[in-house]
Amino acid sequence: MDENIAEAIVAAPEADASDAVDAETFRVKMTTRNVNVHYAEKHALRDVTLDIGEREVTALIGPSGCGKSTYLRCLNRMNDTIDICRVTGRLELDGQDIYDDSVDVVQLRASIGMVFQKPNPFPKSIFDNVAYGPRIHGLVSDRADLDQLVEQSLRKAGLFDEVKDRLGDPGTSLSGGQQQRLCIARAIAVGPEVILMDEPCSSLDPIATARIEELIDELRQNYTIVIVTHSMQQAARVSQKTAFFHLGDLIEQGETPQIFTNPRDEKTQGYITGRFG
Amino acid sequence: MTDSAQSVLIAGQKEKVRRGLDRRLRSERRFRAYGIVAIVLAILMLLFLVGTIVSNGYSAFTQTWIKVDVLLDEELIAPDGETDPETLREDGDFRGALIETLVADYKPEGRAQEDLLVAMFSTEAEWTLQRHVIANPDLIGRKITIWVKSSSDIDQLTKGAVRRDSPESGRKLKDLQLRWYDRMTAENRIETRFNSGFFSSGDSREPEQAGIWGAIVGSFLTMLVTLVLAFPVGLAAAVYLEEFAPKNRLTDLIEVNVNNLAAVPSIVFGLLGLAVFLNFFELPRSAPLVGGMVLALMTLPTIIISGRASLLAVPPSVREAALGLGASRMQVVSHHVLPLAMPGILTGTIIGMARALGETAPLLMIGMVAFIVDIPGGPTDASTVMPVQIYLWADSPERGFVEKTSGAVMVLLVFLIVMNASAVYLRKKFERRW
Amino acid sequence: MNYGAILATLLVLTVIGFYLGRGRARAAAGAPTRLHSLPGYYGAHVAIWMALPAFALFLFWISFQSAIVEGMVWNGLPDRVAVLGEAKPKNALPAAQKQLLINNIRNYASGDIVSGEITDLVKQGAAAYRRLEVLSSWIMAAAMALLAAIGLLVTYRSISPAMRARNRVERVLLLLLMVASTIAILTTVGIVLSLLFEALAFFTKVSPVDFLFGLEWSPQTAIRADQVGASGAFGAIPVFTGTLLITVIAMIVAVPVGLFAAIYLSEYASRRVRATVKPVLEVLAGIPTVVYGFFAALTVAPLIRDAGAAIGLTVASESALAAGLIMGIMIIPFVSSLSDDIIIAVPQALRDGSYGLGATRSETVRQVVLPAALPGIVGAVLLGVSRAIGETMIVVMAAGLSARLTVNPFDAVTTVTVQIVTNLTGDPEFDSPKTLSAFALGLVLLLVTLCLNVIALRVVQKYREKYD
Repeated sequence: MDENIAEAIVAAPEADASDAVDAETFRVKMTTRNVNVHYAEKHALRDVTLDIGEREVTALIGPSGCGKSTYLRCLNRMNDTIDICRVTGRLELDGQDIYDDSVDVVQLRASIGMVFQKPNPFPKSIFDNVAYGPRIHGLVSDRADLDQLVEQSLRKAGLFDEVKDRLGDPGTSLSGGQQQRLCIARAIAVGPEVILMDEPCSSLDPIATARIEELIDELRQNYTIVIVTHSMQQAARVSQKTAFFHLGDLIEQGETPQIFTNPRDEKTQGYITGRFG
Repeated sequence: MTDSAQSVLIAGQKEKVRRGLDRRLRSERRFRAYGIVAIVLAILMLLFLVGTIVSNGYSAFTQTWIKVDVLLDEELIAPDGETDPETLREDGDFRGALIETLVADYKPEGRAQEDLLVAMFSTEAEWTLQRHVIANPDLIGRKITIWVKSSSDIDQLTKGAVRRDSPESGRKLKDLQLRWYDRMTAENRIETRFNSGFFSSGDSREPEQAGIWGAIVGSFLTMLVTLVLAFPVGLAAAVYLEEFAPKNRLTDLIEVNVNNLAAVPSIVFGLLGLAVFLNFFELPRSAPLVGGMVLALMTLPTIIISGRASLLAVPPSVREAALGLGASRMQVVSHHVLPLAMPGILTGTIIGMARALGETAPLLMIGMVAFIVDIPGGPTDASTVMPVQIYLWADSPERGFVEKTSGAVMVLLVFLIVMNASAVYLRKKFERRW
Repeated sequence: MNYGAILATLLVLTVIGFYLGRGRARAAAGAPTRLHSLPGYYGAHVAIWMALPAFALFLFWISFQSAIVEGMVWNGLPDRVAVLGEAKPKNALPAAQKQLLINNIRNYASGDIVSGEITDLVKQGAAAYRRLEVLSSWIMAAAMALLAAIGLLVTYRSISPAMRARNRVERVLLLLLMVASTIAILTTVGIVLSLLFEALAFFTKVSPVDFLFGLEWSPQTAIRADQVGASGAFGAIPVFTGTLLITVIAMIVAVPVGLFAAIYLSEYASRRVRATVKPVLEVLAGIPTVVYGFFAALTVAPLIRDAGAAIGLTVASESALAAGLIMGIMIIPFVSSLSDDIIIAVPQALRDGSYGLGATRSETVRQVVLPAALPGIVGAVLLGVSRAIGETMIVVMAAGLSARLTVNPFDAVTTVTVQIVTNLTGDPEFDSPKTLSAFALGLVLLLVTLCLNVIALRVVQKYREKYD
């Protein structure tokens, strides 16, 4: 293993990626067809059909309890950890059914990383937090590679300069915003193709939020990102596509500017103008 | 780096993840298996324990009886011709009458064989005969048929616990006795009955006469004293600490004390009882009163802790509502908070009492290990309790006591199951979600 | 006079007092001013002041009555008393003989069995004893009646609409609640003082250094001076190592089984499995230790001995292994239910974070959940250790009496609790070093378990705070 691999894992091309987005080379990364989710008796998600475009940010918005987080957790089968949860429908990553029996969730989640609502660094050092994924997946074979991978992941998450002198400190000693960027670095270190973010800024102050939003914008050059947010401004700022959920239904989806300026559905209209939420 | 180069490298990563997968899933299965093994092991141990106890103990609830024909010889039973109960009890030689008939029937040769014959019967047999004759004095002079208890050895033989094929010198029952026994079986003189004596008599040196009623009464009296002392005091302490106590050093001290007392080994409470209750206050040894006091001190922390938890679970809104209507704090507690918390407090109390019921060590310290035949009549009479009775019997070498010990364990476990089940029922029935 | 009758009378009087007080309050309520409190509170006020002082007197009296009566009986005996056939001046009697004589008098008076011959002296003393006891009861009853009467009179006359009966009653109740809560402190003080006093008495006969560091333990002191090997040695090291050995064996059984059971139940088991298995494990904790002891002695110890013999090992029939094994089984539910609570308290977010990176369950448990829960689990294990050290019945029934300095689990060893029990049961004289040594051991036991508990509770508490 050489330097290139560590680089590839964090997918850090130096090339100007902005034109990749501008060039309208839209490609579907994930498709979901008629996704239904039941929690015991409760029908939490009804017939959601949605495509996630590669290397762009898709925002899922809607009032609380609308099913947007539930949908997000279907994408990397996090709902498997909940006994009573049942998912039906077809969900694909690059054309491969991710709920197929042949797919291992471990492998799947290595390709689809996740960042959670509350920063949840492990009670380990900053270094070990980032190194955790590569270690369990056996991605690196020696310490030097690991060091490099950790450094590059932290750099991609825009955290390295702040923590480079204290990599041995516990991850929990960082501030909330730093912790969340640590969690992003932790997700990047596994080398995912898709990153799911579940309200990543909801517990952060405005400055830390701005920092994360910038980071998301940088990351989309290399990753497909799906973000759940309850802040419409944030959705408007960071996303290219937006999907609006309401009471378990996907009401409307489209280009972000279109959703926010010219929504087709009156529920969407009502939500973005703040009539309910 | 170009897109295609990156996707090649990512494919390489995927390959690495895939290759490690088998090993990781195997270790996952192994880890899961450890957990299952641990649980299965624990449950097997429980089953093994209960199985051993039950298989050893179920036979304690039956007892072998032997039918004998007794000639109620007037010479022996009523030498003066008087047949009033008093005289019969004083002068009647029922044992003699019994032996006389047995000797006539089984014809032992010599004194030694006669002793062997007599040893097949419980020493209680003559009292059975005596009671029967006193109830029916007109039987005197006639030959009657009566069922009497066998000795413990014969009892064990009937229950299949004695190996006949072992060398004669190694067993308690000799060949001659076995022959007599076989003759009795052939004549349908052996019968196994429900052992009611086990539930109605006190301790005895003879396994076939030993019962646990004395221990049950002792346990009941002890638990009564424990409950009467520990429940009100524990309740009062819990209410004070949770509802009234100011946050100061005294309160902190009490809290620390309660928590530590809950973890002090029970035998230390026994030492306290010995030094303070027996030696200093000179209360009677072996008495349920002192046992109950020691167990009350031991149970108190449990009741206080569970009581506080139940009181804490009552939402403040209830208190505020009552206070808002002008109730005093004492009224708030006694009218509103306590009734709501009571099921929880009772549950904690029952669990604490169940633990006290099974407790042995501190009672050994205050002399409740004595051999006591009489059924205690009050909390200051010398008595023993069920777990101590188990301990005493477990120490006895006779085979008959192994069965009795296991039987006593079963009875104790039934009491504990009933108590704990009622605690669970109480909790389920009054469980409230605020 | 029967104490039960005295208390019953007091109760009846109190109830009458309650109705009197309430009636008078109701009568007073007819006036233009309203009663401050409900009439019942006035009745309760009367009742409290009738019952409480009299009851306190009762408790005080019966606590000290026997000592006073005995002293008076003693003083009433003739100056020269016949003991074992010879007349001695009574004030020159050794303490043990004096105690024996008094015990005999007391037992004879109450109709219990008297050891030795019933002499005229005993009969004379017993007669005096009974006379004094009856007299004392009467005096007490009269004093109680007087107190109740005073209480009734004072409180009854004080009843007026303006009197704040409820506040007064509640103040007394609060005081009672407070007194109840201080019983915990009294118990601790009682434990510490009783252990300390007796242990100090022990240390005047055996030096603490010899006790704590001595290598030989044989508490049988000679009845006759010329007996062989009965000098009595009180070096507790073999007892401590025996305790340690059994505790270690118990923890070797309990920690892995308990911990893995807890992990399985909290991380893998479905809700239904959890709901059935957890109570079953808890049953193990509810079984009285005497049952475990019986099981160990009856079944497990012979099983281990035979198994050992089958593979050519000499295993003592009261091996440390059997006792430790069974003790371990008893402690499994402690470790498992405490660890279970602690593992469940690890925030789900940490697990999600790990699963989100593609970790398997076991990787998540081993590398995220367990390290996070470690302090709490250490606390749980410490509590288990303290439990094992203080456990008595299993070792009394399944471990031996011989204090051997060994770490061989197949040998018989003895423990602190076994020694406490054997040295105190039977009818020992109270001041022999053998008896007193039990209290010294008890003191060590208390200190060690207390330290373990304090540390364990601290650790667990710290852990809880971290995740609340």
